[in-house]
Amino acid sequence: MKKILGILSLLVFVFVATSFLSDVFLDSYNLENLLRRTALFGIISIGVAFVIITGGIDLSIGSVVCLVGCALPWMLTEQGVSVPVALAVIIAFSLAVGFIHGILITKVKLQPFVVTLCGLLLYRGITRGFTGDQSQGFGTDYKGLRELATGEVPIFGFDLPMPCIFLLVVAVLAGIFLNKTIYGRYLLALGNNEEAARFSGINVDRMVILAYVICALCSGLGGLLFVLDVNSAQPVDFGNFYELYAIAAAVLGGCSLRGGVGTIIGVVIGTALMQVLRNMIVLVDWIPTHIEYAIIGAVILAGVVADELLKKAVARRQASQS
Amino acid sequence: MSESPSENPALLEVRGIGKTFPGVRALGGVNLSLEKSQVLSLIGENGAGKSTLMKILAGVQPPDEGEILLDGKPVEIESTRDALDLGISLIHQELNLATNLSVAANVFLGREPLRGGFIDESKIKQESARFLEMVGLDVHPDTLVGNLTIGRQQMVEIAKALSVNSRILIMDEPTSSLSQAETKNLFIVIKDLRDRGVSVIYISHRLGEVKELSDHVTVLRDGENAGELGREEVNHEAMVRLMVGRDLSEYYERKDRPKGDLALKVNKLRTPVHPKHELSFSVASGEIVAVAGLVGAGRTEMLETLFGVTPALEGTIEVSGSEITIDSPISAIEAGIALAPEDRKQQGLVIDMTVRENLSLAALKRDQKQAGFLDISKEQEISDEMIKAMRVKTPNEDQVIRFLSGGNQQKVVLGKWLAMKPKVLLLDEPTRGIDVGAKSEIYTLMEELAESGVAILYVSSEMEEVLGMADRALVMHEGRITGELSRDELSEESVMRLATGAPGDDQAA
Ligand SMILES: Nc1ncnc2c1ncn2[C@@H]1O[C@H](COP(=O)(O)OP(=O)(O)OP(=O)(O)O)[C@@H](O)[C@H]1O
Ligand SMILES: [Mg+2]
Repeated sequence: MKKILGILSLLVFVFVATSFLSDVFLDSYNLENLLRRTALFGIISIGVAFVIITGGIDLSIGSVVCLVGCALPWMLTEQGVSVPVALAVIIAFSLAVGFIHGILITKVKLQPFVVTLCGLLLYRGITRGFTGDQSQGFGTDYKGLRELATGEVPIFGFDLPMPCIFLLVVAVLAGIFLNKTIYGRYLLALGNNEEAARFSGINVDRMVILAYVICALCSGLGGLLFVLDVNSAQPVDFGNFYELYAIAAAVLGGCSLRGGVGTIIGVVIGTALMQVLRNMIVLVDWIPTHIEYAIIGAVILAGVVADELLKKAVARRQASQS
Repeated sequence: MSESPSENPALLEVRGIGKTFPGVRALGGVNLSLEKSQVLSLIGENGAGKSTLMKILAGVQPPDEGEILLDGKPVEIESTRDALDLGISLIHQELNLATNLSVAANVFLGREPLRGGFIDESKIKQESARFLEMVGLDVHPDTLVGNLTIGRQQMVEIAKALSVNSRILIMDEPTSSLSQAETKNLFIVIKDLRDRGVSVIYISHRLGEVKELSDHVTVLRDGENAGELGREEVNHEAMVRLMVGRDLSEYYERKDRPKGDLALKVNKLRTPVHPKHELSFSVASGEIVAVAGLVGAGRTEMLETLFGVTPALEGTIEVSGSEITIDSPISAIEAGIALAPEDRKQQGLVIDMTVRENLSLAALKRDQKQAGFLDISKEQEISDEMIKAMRVKTPNEDQVIRFLSGGNQQKVVLGKWLAMKPKVLLLDEPTRGIDVGAKSEIYTLMEELAESGVAILYVSSEMEEVLGMADRALVMHEGRITGELSRDELSEESVMRLATGAPGDDQAA
């Protein structure tokens, strides 16, 4: 709880600041959009959090988003595949990607960075290949399916974007898995000390593979919702850099790249912070939009530095109190 | 050597040092005084504050209060750099070497001599060879530290400390991972250093060593001074009385137990580390069998193979009469085998998780509810029970393991495996770093476990522990079992003879 307090106050601060700096920020249209973006990115950030907790990394998320995002309209509109089959293919693909990453990392003992970097190149290249590098979209069809991402659920007089429901489900499941099951405990333990976990009778390899599968599944679900949301995808840049947004959100949310630490709620707040920031950069006139990366980079850096300092200060205060 | 006159100020004088950690008052106004050319032993139970005090002297942690005088003048020690500059160096309880670097590079780590802007490799090698010789370590300076046994790594640490020309050398349990020969050798080195004017502060739970080495003994209890013993007053009972605050009845009392059925039977086992040798032996339930031998005899490797960490190349393992395949710790645990490993920080514990999480880690699978949900109340039960049974000294069960004293960490490792109620319990140096009180508790515990039918196989480098506890001992030398000694045949001579490779009269034909 203490851990997320810092980032939560940062989120509130940026939120309040932006609402003063921009008159359209609090418009329901903008807020709805902001929620939708947060939900979509939140799903892939939760996925990568599992991998980060094991002490690994997944750089292929953006490319998986791209592949799934292009393959869905491509299958439906160009190949005449039915919706259930297309969805099944996407799920199977995501599972396979995660499984292969996991096997390469645990059994072949390759480094996660290398494996998923190759994934990043591979999946985007493959997508550009089978689509002929042509933009893929639904046109005016599949309105019903697209409701999954564009639809809204009225709750207490507010129209909650559908992706928020997905995020809620994913976050609750992930939270339960991480905190209430032995597998979550295993992930945290092996992220801290793999050898001790092995000596405790934990099937370390299987747990690591599971983490990569969860990550790839979240990326697949993310890719699906992203493309349903925006209707069309360019193989060349759809999902570009999304892995970095996801990793940044997880780190801001308290995950340590050394492994063994992380909370789901933290990751969601981290994602929200990233999205509010991006929104602010777009909405506030005097911030030039093209320096977006610089601002986001600076904020992440400031966030993690502040977190480190805060942790030290808390430790010192505790020490002097008792 | 005659006692030095005490009119001039002591070399080191510590006054009223206090230190508090969250929830723990580790030191409450401790005094200590060290003369030049003196070996001072600092003893006390686990968690008494010995390491904390030494870390303060070495600049690892600042004290909350109190003062430190060197040659009668107050000094501020704010960093390890300050301490080294003042001539104080500390050899940590847990090793602190870069295992990916060579011995020579480790000795000079952070103080590399330069030549034309580059590290002067040849000088490092030459110089380090000199210090290695001083500690009697016969390895080439180019050897990777990671390839050395823990015992030899420890000697590298000592060489490293010698190389900075310390006036005060602090050793926090230096012998806990050394073989007898290495220990003897270390003592020679220590006495030699003393004769050359170096003062040594020596921490150990092995009172025999303390008696042999010390010019003076300072005893801590619960973070306070509990007493001082001069050279002449040092004896086992006096030390224990001051440490524990009462007379400890018999150090260890062995009972005769009936032997049960065979619990573990090992036949022609070949381990990946010593593939040439076949290991065959058995342990009955209710039996306590020691595995004696020198450091590096392959005892740890044998236990690791039995536990599936490094699966056997060949041979069979039977537990309670049925043959099982052990290819991982998972299958070993399923068969009812448990291993409390030698290296607790690396293998035994997840040091950034809490006491409770560590105690329950191995049992989670067994105790899980449907669909893999944690059984919180079972976990709580295990944690409460084991903290009590093992008398783990911790402010609460949510304390992170990192902040426990070394001995208390070891108790958590044991507790974690006792919670599994194993049929066969493998213990690798079970009392390393454990104080006298807790040691006898652990012996009693082993006794009780054996009585309840557990087969215990324990590796120990402490002769007293082998002779005192074992119903039977296997002695190993360079990967082989060189002999088996029954209770009646057990003696220091018989064990040493087999441990050094001389064939025993009763060697299995
Ligand atoms: N960094 C820390 N944070 C919190 N508590 C600590 C920390 N370091 C030590 N302690 C606590 O301070 C007390 C003294 O610990 P210390 O390590 O000095 O004991 P010790 O005498 O060296 O014991 P042992 O013989 O087991 O090594 C213990 O209760 C320990 O749990
Ligand atoms: Mg200690």
